[in-house]
Amino acid sequence: MADPQSSAASPLKVVFVGHVDHGKSTLIGRILHDTGSLPEGKIEDIKKACAAEGMEFEFAFLLDALIEEQKQNVTIDTTQIPFRTARARYAIIDAPGHKEFLKNMITGASSADAAILVIGANEGVREQSRRHAYLLGLLGIKQIIVVVNKMDLVDFSEARFHEIESDYRKFLVDLGLEASAFIPASAKQGENVARATMKMKWYCGASVLEALDLLQPQKPDVDLPLRFCVQDVYRFDVRRIIAGRIETGTLRVGDQLVFSPANKSSVVASIERWNALATSPAVAGDSVGITLSEQIFVERGYVASHENETPIETNRFHADLFWIVREPLRLGHLYNLRLATQDLKCQVVSIEEVMDSSTLETKNDGREQLERNEIGKLTIQTRGPLVIDNHDRIPNLGRFVIVDDGEICGGGTIFGGVYTDRQVTKSQNIFWTEGKITAQQRAMRSGHRGAVVWLTGLSGAGKSTIAQALERELFHRAMYTYVLDGDNVRHGLNSNLGFSPDDRLENIRRVSEVAKLMADAGTVVITAFISPYRMDRRRAREIALEGNAEFIEVFVDAPLEVCETRDPKNLYKKARAGEIRDFTGIDAPYEAPEDPEIVVRTDEQTVDESVATIMEQLLPRLREYEANE
Amino acid sequence: MTSVQRTHLDYLENQSIFIFREAYHAFKNIAMPWSMGKDSNVLIWLARKSFFGKIPFPVLHIDTTYEFPEMLEFRDWATKHYNLNLIVKINTEARERGIGYETHDPVTVTHELKTVALQQALADYKWDALITGIRRDEDPTRAKERYFSPRNAQFEWDYKDQPPEFWGQFATSPEKGEHVRVQPLLDWTEADIWRYIQRENIPIPKMYFARNGKRFRSLGCSPITQPIASTASTIDEIIAELEATRTSERAGRAQDHHERNAMQKLRAKGFL
Repeated sequence: MADPQSSAASPLKVVFVGHVDHGKSTLIGRILHDTGSLPEGKIEDIKKACAAEGMEFEFAFLLDALIEEQKQNVTIDTTQIPFRTARARYAIIDAPGHKEFLKNMITGASSADAAILVIGANEGVREQSRRHAYLLGLLGIKQIIVVVNKMDLVDFSEARFHEIESDYRKFLVDLGLEASAFIPASAKQGENVARATMKMKWYCGASVLEALDLLQPQKPDVDLPLRFCVQDVYRFDVRRIIAGRIETGTLRVGDQLVFSPANKSSVVASIERWNALATSPAVAGDSVGITLSEQIFVERGYVASHENETPIETNRFHADLFWIVREPLRLGHLYNLRLATQDLKCQVVSIEEVMDSSTLETKNDGREQLERNEIGKLTIQTRGPLVIDNHDRIPNLGRFVIVDDGEICGGGTIFGGVYTDRQVTKSQNIFWTEGKITAQQRAMRSGHRGAVVWLTGLSGAGKSTIAQALERELFHRAMYTYVLDGDNVRHGLNSNLGFSPDDRLENIRRVSEVAKLMADAGTVVITAFISPYRMDRRRAREIALEGNAEFIEVFVDAPLEVCETRDPKNLYKKARAGEIRDFTGIDAPYEAPEDPEIVVRTDEQTVDESVATIMEQLLPRLREYEANE
Repeated sequence: MTSVQRTHLDYLENQSIFIFREAYHAFKNIAMPWSMGKDSNVLIWLARKSFFGKIPFPVLHIDTTYEFPEMLEFRDWATKHYNLNLIVKINTEARERGIGYETHDPVTVTHELKTVALQQALADYKWDALITGIRRDEDPTRAKERYFSPRNAQFEWDYKDQPPEFWGQFATSPEKGEHVRVQPLLDWTEADIWRYIQRENIPIPKMYFARNGKRFRSLGCSPITQPIASTASTIDEIIAELEATRTSERAGRAQDHHERNAMQKLRAKGFL
C-alpha cells in the first residue's frame, strides 16, 4: 500500500449513513463546499434554481443532481463524490436513509474504508441509526465516526450530546463496534465540520475533517493466506492462461499451488501480464494470469492457495444473511449462491435465528422464511463442493450473495467453518475419495438421505393423493423424490403379474426391491400400494434395511365406510356387485399396521394436514446424517 | 512480508480488468463502443491487458458523419495497429431525412445520430452487453451508475431501481430484449485517465494537446464541440491544468447544456 498522503494512493472511501432526515446530504454538501471541491458555478447554479422556484437554498441540494430527487427530497441512490483535505484524498459514498433502499446502502457501504454515521441531535438515535450500524458491522467496516448533527436545533446543548453519545456508544459496543470519534456538529451552520466550533466550547475533540484525516485505509490483504480465484481459462494463443484475481496474499513464480475443490496441485510456471513486468510477484488486488507447469484441469470458480494454508471445502455451512428484496427468502427454495467466482445451486436448510436489525432482538420461532430487511443466522447447503473461508479470517472468501432468477437478493457472511489439515483433507476428502460412492456421500451432495416412505391403507383412503402431494412438497425443497404406484409399476415392471395371492406377493416384493435400489441411489421413494398384509410390509421393511435405506411406514387411515363413499374408481361398487373378487375390505382382509412410524387420518385431516404430519417426522430423518463424517 | 507497492492507478487498472473478464464470462455477445476519444482508447488498452493482447469482441464506432477528420485518421491507424474487429455504424436513415446540426438542435441530432444509431446496431447484431467508458466524475447523472447496468429494450435506464452491486458480484442476467452496459472506468477520474495514458504510453488523437492556445478537453461532433483556451501541450501540462481548474470536463459539449437537465434526459433515453 502506498502512503495515504501521496497522490498515488487510492482515495479513502467513506460511506455516509444514518436515519432519514438526520442531515447526511447537508453534511456532504457542507464538506464539499468547505473543502472547495465543487465545480465553479455549481453553488450559484443551484442558488439561482432555488430562487426561481421560491425555495431556500440548502447544502443538501448540491447532491440532489437528479430531478426526481429534488421532487421527493430523498436521496435515491449511491453516489461517489471526491473531495480532498490538505492531508488526503477521499471519496464520499452517499447512502440513502430511506428504509426501502437498503440495497443501495449495501451497494455503497460494501466498498467503504470507513463510515460516518449521522444522528440528528433533535431526534436522537432512531431505527436506521441502529440498523445501519449493524450492517456496517456485518460488512466488516470497523472505522466509524459518529456525527451528532443539527446541534443548532438543541441550542448546542452539551447534556443532549452526551445523552446521545452514551446511549449510542453502548449500542455499538454490543455490536462489537467502536466509534473513533463522537462529534457534535451543525452541518447547516458549518460548526465542527471543516472548522472548530465556537458555539460549543465545551467540546475540544476533532472536527469532522480532522477525524477523517486520522482514518487509515483498510488493512491490505497481502499478508493473509493466498486466495487466487479463477475467472476463466484463456487459450487465445498457444498459452493456456488461467486468469483471475488475487483476493488475498501473494503469488510467485515457482509456487506450489493447491486448486480447490479438486485438490490437485501444480507449480506456477509464469505470471502473465500484458505490457508489464512478468517476473514480479502478484499480490492481493492484482488481476493476473498464470500458466502452470503441469496441465491439471482448472475452470472458473476454482480457488488456488498454498499447501499449508488451504481454504475450507464443504457443502454445508453457517452464515449471517441479510435479505434485500421484496420476495422473502424461503426455506428449501433453490437459489444460486455466488462466492467470488463460484456459482452453485443452494438451499437454506434451516433458519436458526432471525434478528431485528433495529432492536437487535433475536427470535427463534421456527420461521421458514426471511423477510426483506431481516437478518438471519442460518444453515446453507450447496449442490456440490464450495470453497470457503470464515469471514473473520479471509473476508473475500467468507462472503457470498444469494441470487434468484438472475437477481441479487441478499448477502451473507460465513462463520464457524472448521479448517482441516491438508493431509487429513486429502485422505478423508468427502468429494474426491476413490472407489465406490457411498450413501453418505450422496446425502452430502443432495442434503438428504434416500428413504422408502411406504404408504399403506384401503383403496380410497387417499394414498395416491397424499403420495403426489408429498412428492411435490419434497421436490419443491429441491430433494430427489419419486412415487411408485400401481400406475407406473403394474404396466411395465410387473405387467406379467395378475391379482392371485402369489402374484400380489411378487408384486409387493418387486416394488420393495426397486424402492430399496432407488433409496440407495439417494431418492426419497414414496410407494402407494394397498399392501394389506403385515407380512408383506415386514418384508418390504427388511429389504429396505438390507440396503441400509430408511423405511418409514405410513398408515393412511380412513374407515371403510368413508372409503366406500369416496370410491374414486368405482371399485367398491364392482366388488359389492361381485364383479371383482378378493377386494380388500370387502371379501379380502386388510391387516392394519400395529406400529407404523406415522399415522394420518384422512377422514379427519385435509390432504395438506396429512402431508404436514408426514413432513414433520420425515424431514428430520432425511437430514439425519453426519455432515463431517 | 511483501514489499510490492500498488498505486491508485494499479488499483483502478486491476479492477477494470476484473470487470472486463467478468463481462466476457457472463455475456455471449459483447461489443465495445469506441469513439477514439481518450477514455475510449484507455478502454481498448485495458481490454488488451485483460485478454493478454487480444480483444476478443468487436469494436463499434458510431459515426455521426460529423467526425473531426483527425479522429477518422486516428481510427484507421488504430484499427490496423491494434488489429481491431471494427464495425462502423451510421444512422443513414436519419441523415436521409435531413437530420443535421445545420438544421436541428444538438439534443435532437445527438439522439438521432448517436443513440438511435446505437439502437440500430444493437438490433442488427443482438449484443447482450456493451462495454462503455463512462466515468462517475463526468457528470452528476453518471455518478449513480453501476459497473453492470441493465438497459431495457427502449434503452431506458431505470436509475431509481438499480440492481444491488457488492462484493464483486454483478447483475449479469438481462431479460429478453435488454442489454447490460458494462462500465469498467466508472471509478476513474479525468486525471486518472491522463496519468494512465502517460504511464502506459497509450496513443491518443493529437487534438487533446494545445495548438495555437487552444486544445480539446472532450471530443464529440465537430460542429458542437469547442476547444478550451489552453497552452497544455504535454500530458504533464494537461494534468497540471486539470488540478488547477474547477470547470467541468464536458463544458465544451453543447448538447449537455442545451436545456436544463439535458444530460439527464439524453441518458434516460439511452445516451452513453
